[in-house]
Amino acid sequence: MSTHTQEVPQSRAADLLNALGRALLAFDVKVVLYPIMGLVAFCIVWSITANRIDTSLGKFPGPAQVYEQATVLVDEHRETKQKAAAFYERQEKRNAAKLAKDPNAKVKIRKYTGKETFFDQIFTSLKTVMFGFVIASLIAVPAGIVCGLSDGIYKAVNPLIQIFKPVSPLAWLPLITMVVSAVYVSDDPFFEKSFLNSAFTVALCCLWPTLINTAVGVANVDKDLLNVSRVIKLPALTHVRKIILPASIPMIFTGLRLSLATGWMVLIAAEMLSQNPGLGKFVWDEFQNGSSNSLSRIMVAVVVIGVIGFALDRLILMIQRWVSWDKLAVLR
Amino acid sequence: MANKFLEISQVGIEFPTPNGPFCALRGVDFTIDKGEFVSIIGHSGCGKSTVLNIVAGLYQATEGGVILDGREVDEPGPDRAVVFQSHALMPWLNVYENVALGVEQVFKGQKNKAEMKSWIEHNLKLVKMDHAMHKMPHEISGGMKQRVGIARCLAMQPKVMLMDEPFGALDALTRANLQDSVMEIQKELDTTVILITHDVDEAVLMSDKIVMMSNGPAAKVGEILDIELARPRERLALSKSDQFNFYRQQVLSFLYEKKGVVDFDEAKKQREVSDHAPETAEKIS
Repeated sequence: MSTHTQEVPQSRAADLLNALGRALLAFDVKVVLYPIMGLVAFCIVWSITANRIDTSLGKFPGPAQVYEQATVLVDEHRETKQKAAAFYERQEKRNAAKLAKDPNAKVKIRKYTGKETFFDQIFTSLKTVMFGFVIASLIAVPAGIVCGLSDGIYKAVNPLIQIFKPVSPLAWLPLITMVVSAVYVSDDPFFEKSFLNSAFTVALCCLWPTLINTAVGVANVDKDLLNVSRVIKLPALTHVRKIILPASIPMIFTGLRLSLATGWMVLIAAEMLSQNPGLGKFVWDEFQNGSSNSLSRIMVAVVVIGVIGFALDRLILMIQRWVSWDKLAVLR
Repeated sequence: MANKFLEISQVGIEFPTPNGPFCALRGVDFTIDKGEFVSIIGHSGCGKSTVLNIVAGLYQATEGGVILDGREVDEPGPDRAVVFQSHALMPWLNVYENVALGVEQVFKGQKNKAEMKSWIEHNLKLVKMDHAMHKMPHEISGGMKQRVGIARCLAMQPKVMLMDEPFGALDALTRANLQDSVMEIQKELDTTVILITHDVDEAVLMSDKIVMMSNGPAAKVGEILDIELARPRERLALSKSDQFNFYRQQVLSFLYEKKGVVDFDEAKKQREVSDHAPETAEKIS
């Protein structure tokens, strides 16, 4: 008995060591080295080229200036947060003093109204794109399934899809703005109007890739699997849930990834044009500001937009891996 | 003739094509008794699978019709369950769940959960797949997948089991194994089976009756051959049996000599012409 209990931790430790050894052996230098080499080469070319471009706001920023401005943006964010914290502290103290004097006194709690920092703008943009994307997906996936199942409905809807798909989001923007301000009337709005404008613009452009890919995926489910379902006489909803959905998961996710990528691009443009808060507004404000640091700060935003776009794509890929039955599929 | 278990009477089907309707079958007519094992054999593209699909209700015949146990077939249903050549297992369900998919639908309200579970396990045991119940389809071999396909079909308790070239994609040894299994199960359950095949040995070995189809378009039943070999059938013993070889010969001669042409007089004439041809050639020289 005692020997047995001793053996277990030993073998576990050995397993761990083995696993570690295997991981080290399997670790391919190229996986890390090559991307880093690519990045370094890009930075070199960038800084050389940037040095030769003169603009009215000074030289085009190279990697060093951009990095410097990135740290400045971080510092600014910290400062603003500290100011806000201090503001709330003062307000609390003032109110507490007021209440101590006269328990019936009216206490006002105001929000801190400082300038939004770069990170606030990132957060706003992320919130907006996710909201728009979720709305679009909730519409596009079921609609795509219906279109894929019924040839008649697909033929009826297809011209509309083809016409609206290529429309630039910026053409929709004025219409959406007017409709939102006319329809969404509330004394205590839960959402800001600008938030809804951006989100709906994103949603309108996110619809199409998901809709089309879902419809194609559903229409191309293996005929034999459909026949099995017909022989078993699965009811329509069970048929969709147990056969159609799992079979078209890969295509649905391809659509979702395309949609989110489109949505993210659209959002930045919409924010720039409509001055809705977000990364797009940050870029536009910096451009209008026209200080010697503006270009560097815009470049920081460009890099951040790219990194976030990449991260969003990976996020959907992770969800796909989690949802998909086919764990062996190579997803890229 | 009256009140046969399964009647396929004067079935014809046309498919619309850009060049007008294409007549795949015309006047296909035969009957099957309860518990009978019937093979349909013919050259590829002659429409044997179409016959099966019409019996399954997956295609609608444009002429004639199918009557099973006194009721006309007009839609697919679990009483005519199909074993597909491509096994058609849902890749996202494991072996057990694949069989359960049918069982849960067919026995809804008739069996409780525990009964369903033991019924599914019973059927998997029947095809000797109970050991791999929780494996996914991609983890098992082609032959095993087909066994699961058969279990799924049997578990629906069909009146007639329709097998569409179920062994076509398997290697010879696996195929022989599976043929023996199907024969055993069929004997045990007394299932009525229609088997589509292009393998002459398989047809003779397994069937009570072989329906030989002529070549399309407008394919029809050429000949029906009753196989009166005693069961159980041993493939090794049979390969030496004259009777087996006689039946085999019969089917082969239909398929290759008569080339599946229905108008046998025409075929005979063609053969005579080709027989005489060398003579005339000699005379001329």
